Amino acid sequence: MSAQGNAQRAAANRRRYEELRAAGQELKQLPAPTAMDGAPITKDAIVQTEQVPPGWHATVRLSRGEALRICDDLGRSSASLLAWRNEDPCERINCADTVKVQWSAALSKGRMILSDMGRVLLSMIEDTSGAHDLLVGGSTADSTLKAYGEVTRNTQANFISAAAKIGLGVRDIPPCVTFFAPVTTDATGRFVWHGERKRACDFVDLRAEMNLIVAVSNCAHPLDPARPAATTPITLIRHRLPPPAADDVCRTASPEALRAYAFTDQLFA
Amino acid sequence: MSPTDQDDLVYAFDIPAEQPWSRILKKGQTLRIIDSEGEQAVDALIYVAGDTAERYSAQDTLRVQGSAYLELGTRLISNCGRVMAQITADTCGRHDTSAGCCSCESNAVRFGEATRYLHACRENFILELSRHGLTKRDIVSNLNFFMNVPIEPSGNFTVLDGPSSPGNYVDVTAEMDVLFVISNCPQVNNPCNGFDPTPIRVEIRQTPAA
Repeated sequence: MSAQGNAQRAAANRRRYEELRAAGQELKQLPAPTAMDGAPITKDAIVQTEQVPPGWHATVRLSRGEALRICDDLGRSSASLLAWRNEDPCERINCADTVKVQWSAALSKGRMILSDMGRVLLSMIEDTSGAHDLLVGGSTADSTLKAYGEVTRNTQANFISAAAKIGLGVRDIPPCVTFFAPVTTDATGRFVWHGERKRACDFVDLRAEMNLIVAVSNCAHPLDPARPAATTPITLIRHRLPPPAADDVCRTASPEALRAYAFTDQLFA
Repeated sequence: MSPTDQDDLVYAFDIPAEQPWSRILKKGQTLRIIDSEGEQAVDALIYVAGDTAERYSAQDTLRVQGSAYLELGTRLISNCGRVMAQITADTCGRHDTSAGCCSCESNAVRFGEATRYLHACRENFILELSRHGLTKRDIVSNLNFFMNVPIEPSGNFTVLDGPSSPGNYVDVTAEMDVLFVISNCPQVNNPCNGFDPTPIRVEIRQTPAA
């Protein structure tokens, strides 16, 4: 291609990039957070309920269309999550693409959690909190030793255990998302913990967009000054949902969302 | 720069635009990545040479550092909490480890179906990793040298124009024997490399620069 052709292509690509950025950031209208007493789950919709004690983890299989509610029962816990596609665990959660595609490191109601294959794993259909972490990740043996002077139960060890129990290994543990972890960056890029944003009974509802294996670890986030002994249970509720409406907020949030859901739906066409 | 005036230079190579590269970096050796023409993003993966299940972890690195950007002095941490390498020189000042690498699939989501069949870093990584018995499973998190990805307090996240000038470099000194894998980012859809991939140069020295 000629130099002029290259320049024209670059100019066209920049124009497209700036248009997408405007749509993704400047014009984005996300829904308000779910009310604390909003989105009740009827008894007959519940498939499975599990309370995970502090320091422990649980693995849940979700079918496409089901949802997982994660509740921070007493407001002192964080829930780190990994997800793999059930039929092909080589496809898994990708935090970097989740951030990059949505032009935001802040997860909240209306957002999607993406795989490394350009598809949607989970939709955030309900969220009371709006304070979650995609960048820092869960606790590790090292982080607990540094914070508490001892190695305590931690998310890294939980994920190794969870992965092993479904036949996966350390190679299959990518960066994780942590719910109820109010982390932001300041103007210089330093991470800031906003503990005041945590409340008892905060919850998220994550709708599975494909058949998934989900691992959830209940450990204090490494930036949370709470000692492990101060953390509290989380409750996991797997439940059935009606099919998403045509105007489903997650599915229609942006040009990127429309494409990601279309690619996901092709798996089930 | 010739080996005669750089006695400890043990290796040098120009990685063409859009191409992958890999090499074992011995403990104590320093890899200099030179952005030959400027505004080029360089995607990288790092594995422990003797046990590739231990590899670079972006989240561990960010947590230990307390900061979202990589800079001079940043220790690059493995998924086992060990220091794999350190950034020992840096004339650019801004590097990312949150934005991941481009792929055919993510390009199609971000920029439309028409961009699916373009060169992408994940394809590069898969090909280069295959030479070492590794697969797509092993691509868990990566570094983006010379890539400017500011994260605002609101969470807003943007890939901005490549901040490096021609000849800018970053030095990475190995703290253990590591496999260093590079994709000289083929991305033409965002401004991380000025929409125009160009060659980069890699040099390995026995010791860090004085």
